Amino acid sequence: MSSALAGGARQGSSCVTERLSAAARRSGSGERLTRWLVSLPPTLFLLLFFLAPALIMVGASFRQPGDFGGLAPLLVDGRLNLSLETYRFFFGDWIYAEIFLRSFLVATATTLLCLLLAYPLALLIARSERGHRDLLVLLVILPFASNFLIRVYAWIIVLGPFELLYTPFAVIAGMVYVHLPFMIMPLYTNLEKHDPALLEAAQDLGAGSWKRFRRITLPLSMPGIWSGSALVFIPVLGMFAIPELLGGTRDILVGNLIKEQFLDNRDWPLGSTLSLLLTVAVLALAAIAVRAGRPRRGTA
Amino acid sequence: MALLEIRNVTRRFGDFKAVDDVSLSIEAGEFFTLLGPSGCGKTTILRMIAGFDEPDGGVLLLDGQPLAGIAPEKRPVHTVFQSYALFPHMTVAQNIAFPLQMAGRNGDEIAARLRQALDLVHLEDKARQFPHELSGGQKQRVALARGLINEPRLLLLDEPLGALDAKLREQMKGELIALQREVGITFVFVTHSQQEALAISHRIAVMNEGRIEQVGAPEEIYGYPKNRFVADFIGTINLLPVTVNSVGEDGLRLSAAGLGEVACTAASGADAGEHGVIALRPEQLALLAGDDRNGFDNHFVGTVRDHLYLGDVTVYRIALDNGVVLEALLANSLPGRAKSLDRGDVVGVGWRREAGVFLRD
Repeated sequence: MSSALAGGARQGSSCVTERLSAAARRSGSGERLTRWLVSLPPTLFLLLFFLAPALIMVGASFRQPGDFGGLAPLLVDGRLNLSLETYRFFFGDWIYAEIFLRSFLVATATTLLCLLLAYPLALLIARSERGHRDLLVLLVILPFASNFLIRVYAWIIVLGPFELLYTPFAVIAGMVYVHLPFMIMPLYTNLEKHDPALLEAAQDLGAGSWKRFRRITLPLSMPGIWSGSALVFIPVLGMFAIPELLGGTRDILVGNLIKEQFLDNRDWPLGSTLSLLLTVAVLALAAIAVRAGRPRRGTA
Repeated sequence: MALLEIRNVTRRFGDFKAVDDVSLSIEAGEFFTLLGPSGCGKTTILRMIAGFDEPDGGVLLLDGQPLAGIAPEKRPVHTVFQSYALFPHMTVAQNIAFPLQMAGRNGDEIAARLRQALDLVHLEDKARQFPHELSGGQKQRVALARGLINEPRLLLLDEPLGALDAKLREQMKGELIALQREVGITFVFVTHSQQEALAISHRIAVMNEGRIEQVGAPEEIYGYPKNRFVADFIGTINLLPVTVNSVGEDGLRLSAAGLGEVACTAASGADAGEHGVIALRPEQLALLAGDDRNGFDNHFVGTVRDHLYLGDVTVYRIALDNGVVLEALLANSLPGRAKSLDRGDVVGVGWRREAGVFLRD
């Protein structure tokens, strides 16, 4: 805004446009100040409760475990008590990489299944009558009214008689069940905004129902697919309650591994290292996804 | 055989008859316009031709074949939507090529025809841009190219100029006429603007409340409106109440209450004693100084009520002796006003017997 007006002033060099551009600059700086003030509290919160603990965790990963949990003293005999032992441990044993890999597979499978189940449902809600949509959305988020653990325990009762309990199937079923609403909501929000005239135009120009979906609805819903996938994939990676309750001993995931280090093995440095590596892996994936899913120019 | 034949088509929405027993035939190569106020049923007809709606009664025939039951994507009919409905995630080229891809044409043919289409609507340099980067007029041209590229039997245009500003609309009118002439495809154009309809159509169907009031060339519709609705809807018109005195070889002898005899050539089968109005366009009236008839068949004296300076013309409202107010135009052929008439000035109003149309009540 201010640059466009300043450009006008350069060309026309009229008194009025100069004054206008000065006003725009003033209001621009005022706007910046407001924006800065508004973003200050959340920034401080994130620095204090997210970045600082993450950095503490980085530090903890190089330290020694305390005798009864916690961390050993940083200084022993006047020397820094730091080592790369936990990293050596992680990369020295194939089992950790295997658990990481299994976790990524479970997260990928859960995300794909959620997408497959959520897409038709979200489309159905988005295309139903305006008055019915709120009710249907309410039904989607209704499970949140009862406690997460109770819902997972319910699966024990459901799966028990079929002898499916403590299997990878049970883990994935539980994961899909718990995370489905996180896929439905962003998809619905996206699909609901699509202009019905576009589908009508596509049909008019010769596109049958599959081609209308393939060429119009699907590409326009990519932002919804990406955000829904992120909302499912990332929490599933760190989830430990579901594998613990529904999975067998061979179904443990990174989340269980990390939990074990802190609560059972009292090896905080190894737990920190595992958390850190998981975070790095997720960030790397997110970076790739953002690049791949960046809405192309013109995407609604 | 007509390209499109609409026979006794009716479409009801509940108790409301959106289209009421409409019959029309549209010839190949025509630029045909459905004109009427909003809610008159013109868009419903368009949707039935496109296949988005089916009639409750009557038939639509394209090249003699009934259209009933054929899905919109299977009809050789394409539409230019009012909102353009360009696909926002596709480039201009991808948008325009879409119908060819849907028709399963091969890559070489698509490329060649895309080049032609881009050339036709002067968008060669915009091929890789996305719709949101285009101006209103450019979007309009993309929608036109997309509708024409697969050479439909019919191109339907649903108020395509409505979203453009006045200046651009004028320009697009010219482009539409040129485009239609160049591609030779039959256009069915829907509008509520009589100016658009008069300027671009070969033939116009004037609609009101689901019915067709009159079908004809623009000159016919404007010059010889069949009834009061058409007379009133198209342009400005003066209605002077009259009674038929006699019907003769040279037309009608009418009498206007409080004025005297009026001569009118256009007969339209009126009978003596009938009541009605004589409809006169403002530009058919001449303003005359004093008592000079100046050769006009009809001549009355009135008083200037008020005037409206519009730049190119000045509109005068003249009250006749019997209280009827007529509107007359004077072209301002030199800067300023053609005549310096003021409120209260007495002036003569004259018109030729060929000018008016008698419309019975």
